This record gives sequence, structure tokens and C-alpha cells, in this order.
Amino acid sequence: MSGSTTCVEAAHYYLSAIRAKLRLNAFVDIYEEELLERAAALDKKRSSGAPIGKLHGVITGIKDVICYKGHKVTAASRILHKFTATYNATAVQKLLDEEALIIGSLNCDEFAMGSSNENSFYGNVLNALDEGRVPGGSSGGSAVAVQAGLCMVSLGSDTGGSVRQPADFCGIVGLKPTYGRISRYGLIAYASSFDQIGIFANNVPDVAAVLQVISGNDDFDSTASAISPDEYTFDTPSTGTYKIAYFKEALEHPSLDQEIAGTIKSFINNLPTQHFKVRAISFDLLDYIVPAYYVLTTAEASSNLSRFDGVRYGYRTNDDMADLTEFYKDTRSAGFGKEVKRRIMLGNFVLSSGYFDAYFTQAQKVRKQLSDKTALIFNDFDAILLPTVPSTAFKIGEKKDDPIAMYLADIYTVFANLTGIPAISIPLFRHSNGMPFGLQIMTYRFSELSLLSLSHQLMNVSRQDLHQSTNP
Amino acid sequence: MQVTDKLVEDLANLSRLSFNEQEKEEIKKDLQKMISFVNKLNEVNTDGVEPLLHMTDAVNVYREDIVQGSMRKEEALLNAPAADGNYFKVPKVIKK
Amino acid sequence: MPIPYEKYEAVIGLEVHAQLLTKSKLFSGDSAAFGADANTNISPIVLAYPGALPMLNKRAVEYAVKMGLACGCSIEHTNYFARKNYFYPDLPKGYQISQHTTPVCKNGFVKIRTANGERDILLNRIHLEEDAGKSLHEVDDRNTSLDYNRAGVPLIEIVSEPDMHTAEEAFAFVTELRKLVRYLGICDGNMEEGSMRCDANVSIRIKGEKELGTKVEVKNLNSIRNVKKAIEFEISRMIELVESGGKVIQQTRSFDASNDTTFSMRTKEEANDYRYFTDPDLPPFIITEELLHAIRAAMPPLPEELVRKYRDLLHLPEYDARVICDDAATIRYFELLIQTTTHAKAAANWLLGPVKSFLNDKGESMDEFTLDASSLATLIELVESGKVNFSIASSRIFPVMVEKGTADALEVATELNLLQNSDAGDIAQWVDEVLLGMPEKVAEYKKGKKGLIGLFMGEVKKLSKGKADPKIATQLLTEKLEQR
Repeated sequence: MSGSTTCVEAAHYYLSAIRAKLRLNAFVDIYEEELLERAAALDKKRSSGAPIGKLHGVITGIKDVICYKGHKVTAASRILHKFTATYNATAVQKLLDEEALIIGSLNCDEFAMGSSNENSFYGNVLNALDEGRVPGGSSGGSAVAVQAGLCMVSLGSDTGGSVRQPADFCGIVGLKPTYGRISRYGLIAYASSFDQIGIFANNVPDVAAVLQVISGNDDFDSTASAISPDEYTFDTPSTGTYKIAYFKEALEHPSLDQEIAGTIKSFINNLPTQHFKVRAISFDLLDYIVPAYYVLTTAEASSNLSRFDGVRYGYRTNDDMADLTEFYKDTRSAGFGKEVKRRIMLGNFVLSSGYFDAYFTQAQKVRKQLSDKTALIFNDFDAILLPTVPSTAFKIGEKKDDPIAMYLADIYTVFANLTGIPAISIPLFRHSNGMPFGLQIMTYRFSELSLLSLSHQLMNVSRQDLHQSTNP
Repeated sequence: MQVTDKLVEDLANLSRLSFNEQEKEEIKKDLQKMISFVNKLNEVNTDGVEPLLHMTDAVNVYREDIVQGSMRKEEALLNAPAADGNYFKVPKVIKK
Repeated sequence: MPIPYEKYEAVIGLEVHAQLLTKSKLFSGDSAAFGADANTNISPIVLAYPGALPMLNKRAVEYAVKMGLACGCSIEHTNYFARKNYFYPDLPKGYQISQHTTPVCKNGFVKIRTANGERDILLNRIHLEEDAGKSLHEVDDRNTSLDYNRAGVPLIEIVSEPDMHTAEEAFAFVTELRKLVRYLGICDGNMEEGSMRCDANVSIRIKGEKELGTKVEVKNLNSIRNVKKAIEFEISRMIELVESGGKVIQQTRSFDASNDTTFSMRTKEEANDYRYFTDPDLPPFIITEELLHAIRAAMPPLPEELVRKYRDLLHLPEYDARVICDDAATIRYFELLIQTTTHAKAAANWLLGPVKSFLNDKGESMDEFTLDASSLATLIELVESGKVNFSIASSRIFPVMVEKGTADALEVATELNLLQNSDAGDIAQWVDEVLLGMPEKVAEYKKGKKGLIGLFMGEVKKLSKGKADPKIATQLLTEKLEQR
């Protein structure tokens, strides 16, 4: 990844790229001075002949929901806009241990709630391919930073598609690993049973290199898996045959852009049959996954966001208040944005007495059905293919006032978070409107090795394809 | 189901959020839409299905009883909106 | 007209919170110790910093199970933690991690004794949860000050069934619980420092009725005495209220220890909707047979079992057995004693006599007693074998041994020249000397005043400085008096 230049040269290169593209608003904070110091230290260490880390000099951006000791971490929210992390997220510690260079924190939707990066305290992030369009969300800044060449790789977080959807909109690779693959310690929680740190890069091997470093067991996260990280190699192309499924209902869904549907269908049909055995299967729960997702994530979020109360840290409204309840209400109402408030309200609704069983428990049961069904599918198949998003990047402001329309855009991505499986979006296609879109691939839990080698292979297949089709 | 003003107020109270009149109308409309949207879940037959409570198969993830990892008071108080050298502060409730 | 108190029956349920004596907190590595400087046992986890996650302390689970086993509870196999959601400045996360649907221990009982005899008070559950921080209102005028040292300290909440009917029973229940947690070493039981806290649910009904009356919750009972006083007050208050035509309303009351009364804190039960749900951050914990076995094996026999053992096998009086079993340190000491001496009754007498009064004089507890048990056992043996008498042993040898901490009684007695002399020659000399010195008394004896033998015996003792073996001395005295 780091090529043959020095770390200091790379740091300068990316710093000037960031300066040239400030209008994209991808960064919340840039650690210029510290970056140059660390880069110089790394160069010195390397030239002394000392062994170098696995991510030596890799210029990395981190989403503004991941704690980096001594640096501001705000979840793009007013309620945290002055908060300084006092500890490193486990993923950040592992990056630092392997000598990655963290260049800055990246803009996102407030508390990772959103699909367009229009919900940030710091304003919209612009899609570098068409600045009138959204970059996707919630990890919009992380996607654009890689898309626009402002860093080599970046970390985002993916609760319902917040890595894959912006990767799709920006034409890059975005991975959401298996739930539990990467420690969540130091990742500001949106929905605890859905959240995973995800990785953005321009190619699959770069994603794999970062994943290998930051995944694994953690003494500070009870849900981080003890399963040790895979060793990823991409030198020898796999010669086996992949059994691949896609959901009929997904490609026929009325919300799916016709051109995206057509392109993906034809891509699937043209996969070389000696390596890919593809079958359409039926998945009748498709229309229930977004409702189940919103019930469960808002419930968890309503509780996770209770700690933002203006008592121990963060924003506090210092008006005269009548009582303690007013104190909380004033602080939280001024501190949170509209979408966050909406979700807290819905979350408290589905958890409140009288509605708990009909909404929350019912959604947990649907989640169980989804999970069981998914396990069955992976008895017969190695991977599932889906579109990543039903449309390409939309115009800024287009869906801002319609939460349901915005939520429905998550139809293909929330499935992996509901079932905990790994999923990736790879940038294979370009729409006639000029925007890129991706293909989403999913494998069974902890099968990242297979997911990444398949993705790598499909990207190569596609390159050959394109090459042929542009030579009539 | 119908989202009433009372429900909005109760939820706002549980959420420790306040809404002015205009915001209240908006959030009421949004909640109505969102609840109608998630009502779709009731179409699924889940008889005999256990709710999924945890996303990993892990059990018995324990920590040994060892004292470690505390932070300095000064560092913690630095992030506090109001504090003296020892305590975090919230304004005393003026009236009950 | 007098109020017919006897017409009514009170129904009392208690909720007792006990802080576990773990070194670290329930979900983080911060010290759980009481009394540290404000806000020093805190971390990102305790303060609920963004991104911080809980990690369960294994020992806390073991302690909770220990308590459950001691109370004969059934132990839940698969356990979850739930979030109890509410806002309060002392609650950093905005939710308390507790056990809602799966308390680790269910049912069970605690044996109490009152003037009416022995009775098992039924338990509903024992569950694990975390403590909140402390709000201090006196530090400054304008603000409430918050100290989060206590936040996250592990608690067990012991919930009884509404199974008690008098303040005495409640008093006995809390007393027994405190004894038990102390004996198990899982809580220091210190109610004044708040490491054990008690809330009482009290209602009344006409005797014979089955339905429960409207209950009142009384909080802030920070001593066992206050538990009793508050409940007594509350029962009378309710009866007087009902008798005067009033109606008990559901409310939370607080105890005022300055005048032994209760006052209303919250009349209208606030619409508390805690929105419990399983905490997704904490995987289930399973109490396997293996773990249960290990905990059971590491548990000392319970006081109730020991009372039976001491009474039935060692033939101690029930009273002695109970007094010994009253606290863990005395049990431990007694158990050591009876490992090295077979004279169990004598051991009990020593413990409850000289040892207890020595400690009382010094204002110390059994924990602080410095003479080791095997040393005391040598003294018991010495007395029982007739080499010194009890009063010499307790008044002269015992204090010296305590001073030394470890000592052999025989050596000390020899050193102090306190061993009883059973040499007939020596004793005969003392007897002769005494009889020679008291010719009138001897004459009186000869005339039939046989009771004077006691006086002669006393003189022999005095002369021999207590060393004359009393049996031989009596025999020689009788013989020599007959000869005169």
C-alpha cells in the first residue's frame, strides 16, 4: 500500500490532497503536526533497519465515532462536539501498533444515523464524483476520503449498511465484517447488536490487510469473537467452484432501479460457469427486514444514547431550569439533531410497556427466523449476491424530509447486520447517469477469507469483462 | 395505531427530549409514519419462535477480579461541563 | 376507644442490597473498595464514556451463587443481564445493568428465630446488579456534587416473599442475612456505610384475610434497628389510619431516625417505565454443574449445619452452639480448637468464657484475637489433665500466652511455677503445716464440725500457691485429721 516513497512524503502528499479538497467536507479533524512527527519517526525506524509493522506508513482516516486517545471524538453531534477521547479504541490501538498513520477523523451522520451524510453537525459531505449528490451514509466522510484520494484506507462503522452503501455510492470497496470480528471497544455505540467497524479501500487486498490487523479477541468487548483472524493471501487465484445464490425477490423488488437490476442480472448470468454455479432462490422475508431493523436498532439506540445527558461530559444547556427533568430535556434537545431524536423516540416507543411484545419481541423473533434461514442457505451455498443499494447516489436534499424513503434504501444492506454475517460492496458497475454502483456479496459468519477472495476474483472478472466490452 | 399527543408527550418524557409546538406536530407525523411502517412486522407468523437475544454464540465471557484500568480524576474532570477539583456538578433542583 | 391493633396482621417483604466484597467492580477493573477519595475509582467504563463496554467480573457471579446456595435457592442455568432504563445523575449510562427476567438465584429461604420460635422466611430471588454513584448535596450550595466511586460496585439484591408479619421477624431476617453474608465473606454487612441496605414493603390486612393490602415502600433503613423501628411505626400508622376511616395509599416513604417515624417521599407512584431489555453488550453466563460443584466445594459448612454438629455430635448445649455460630471468626477459631483437642465442651467454655471476656475488655472482636488456636488447645489439655486448675490457668497462664501469641501451656506453667504438685510427700508437709497452725479448728473438727475441711483445704491451696493437687490434698487432710 505504501509504495516506495517515505512516510513523510506520503503524509505530505495526502495532506495537500486534503487541502485541495476541503470543500468535500470529508474531514472533521486533521492531525497534521502529529502525522508528520509520527511519519518521520517511522522513516527513521525503517532506515535503521528495524522490522516494520504490517501497516507501516499506511495513511488511514477514522470515522468520527471511533476513539483515538487525546483527540476529539464527537459522533458528528453537537452533544459531543468538545469531547476528547481518553483512551484508544481497540481497533485504533491495533492500527497504531502496526504503524499505520492516522491522518484525521472523518465526517459522518450524527451517531451514525443516516444514509446520506446530511445529518452531521459539521454539514454535508459531498460525493467527489458529483458534488451535487450525497456520498451515502452514515460513513460518508470515510468513503469520500478514499474515493477522492485523501487517505489510503479508512475506517467506518456499519450498523445497517453505513459502510457498504457509501462505498457503493462512491465507487470503492467497503467491508462490514462478521459481528464480533472487530472489537467494538471505543466505537461509539448506535445499536450494540448490529454495530461493526468496517473498512474502506480501493481494492480488496488493502481491505484484507487492515482487517487482519484490527480483528480479533479483546478483553474490553465481551462480544468480540475469540476466533483468530484469517491470513489473507491473494497471490494464487482460487480454482474451486463457488456456489452462489441470489434472492429472486431482491432483483425484482419494485424499489430497485431497473438499470441496476438489469446490469446485476446480466453480470450474474455471464459469470464463467466453470467457476461459479449461480442459482436464484426465494426469500419471502425481504419486506420485513427493514422494519425489523428499525425496531431493534432504534430500541438499542434509545438506551445507548441515554448516557449523553450533560452530566459527566459533553454539551450542557446552561439555562435556568425548573428541575432535573428539564435539565436533561434542555440539554438533549439542543444537543441532538432531528434524525437522532426521531430514532430515540421510536426506540422508546417499541420498548415501552404495552408495545414491547408487539414490536420489540416480535422483531427479535423475526430476527431469529432470518438468522435460521440464513444458516440454512449457507448449508447449500458459499455466498449470496445482492445489489448494495436500490439506486445510485441521490441528489443532496432529495430524501431529507422523508425518513421512510430513506430507510427503505437500506433494504439490501440491513440483512447482513440483522444476521451478523460479513458483507462487502465492490465497485463493479457504472450507471448511465454517470454514477458508480456496486455488487454486494455476503458469506457465512466468520467466512471473511472466502468473502474476500471471491470479491477479489469478481473484481478481476469484471475488469476483463469491461475490457472485452469496450473492444467491440 | 393512532399516535396521540399523549403518546408523543410520554415518549418525549421517557426520552428526556422536548419539542416545541411545531416540532411536536412534526415528530407526531414522523412517528405515525414510522410506526405504521414497522407495523408490517405483525404480518409475520412467529409462533413458537424464540426471540434472538445475542448475536454471538459466546457464553461465560468473564473478567478476572483484578483491579486495573482506572483513570486519573483530573483527566475525567477535564471533560466535565461543570466540576470542581473533586466532583462533577449538576445544578441543584430549585423547585420540586 | 382503644385501637384494636390485634385485629390486624402486617405483611412485610424486604429487599436487601448487599455490596459484594470483590476487589474490582462488576463490569470494570476499578477498585470496589469503600472510602477512597472522591472520583478516583473511575474509568471510561464507569463514567459511561462513548464507546466503553462492560466486561463481567467472574468472582461477583461466584459470590451471588454462593449466597444462593447458602439460602437453598435454585440456581438459574442460563443467565442474562438486562438494562433498566432511567435517568439520574448518579447513573452514568442512563441505565442500570441488572437481571430482570433471569435472577441467578430463585426461591430459597432464610431461617430466623424470634420469641415465637424458628421459622423459614421464603425468598423470591437473589440477583446481581451494579450500584449507582453518590449524589452529595452538602458539598456546595448551588450544585449537587457527584462521586462515581460507588458506580458499578457489584450488588446482590435479596428479595424476600411478603412472608414476615412482625417487625421482630424483619429484624431477625436482616440479622440472619447479615450474619450469613459475613460468614460467607461476600459482604461486610456494614449498614452504616451502606454496604448493606434495606427497603421494606409493608401492608396490613384483617387477620384471616388472604388478599394483600395496599403496600407502602419504606426506604433508607440504614441499620437493623431502624428496620425494626420503621416497620413498627409503619404498621401502627396504617392501622390507626384505617381505624380512623382512612385508606392506605401506595407510596414510598423514608425513615427519619431522629424520631423513629416515616414520612412520604413520593405519594403518586411516578409512571416509571424502565423499558427493560436484554443487554446486547453482555453474552449470557451459564452456571454449569462444574462451576456449582466448585463453588459448593469451596464453601465452609453453614452456621445452621454447625449448630447441629456441635449440639448432636459434640454434645454442646444448644445455647453454646448458637453463640459460637454467631460469627464466622468464632466458628473458624472453634473449628481449629477441636482439631487439636478432644475436649469440645471445655473448648467451648474457654471460648465463651476467658477468651470472650478478654476481648470484651479490650473492645476487640474475635478476628483480632492474637493467641493461636493450637496454643490455646495446649492450655485446655493442661487443665483437663489436672496439671493446673482452671482458675490459675485462666487468670495467670492465659494472659501470658495471649501476650506471646504462640506458646506451649506446659512451658509457661513450668516457667511460672504453677504446675500442680501431686507428690504426696510435698502435699503431706503442707497439710501438716496447716493443721499445726490451727489447733483450735482441728479440735472443733474432731468434735464433729466436719465442714471445716473446706477451710483447711483453702489454707493448703494458699500455702502451696494453688499447686497442691486438690484430690490428694483432700485425701491426706481427711487421713491426718482422723489420726489426731
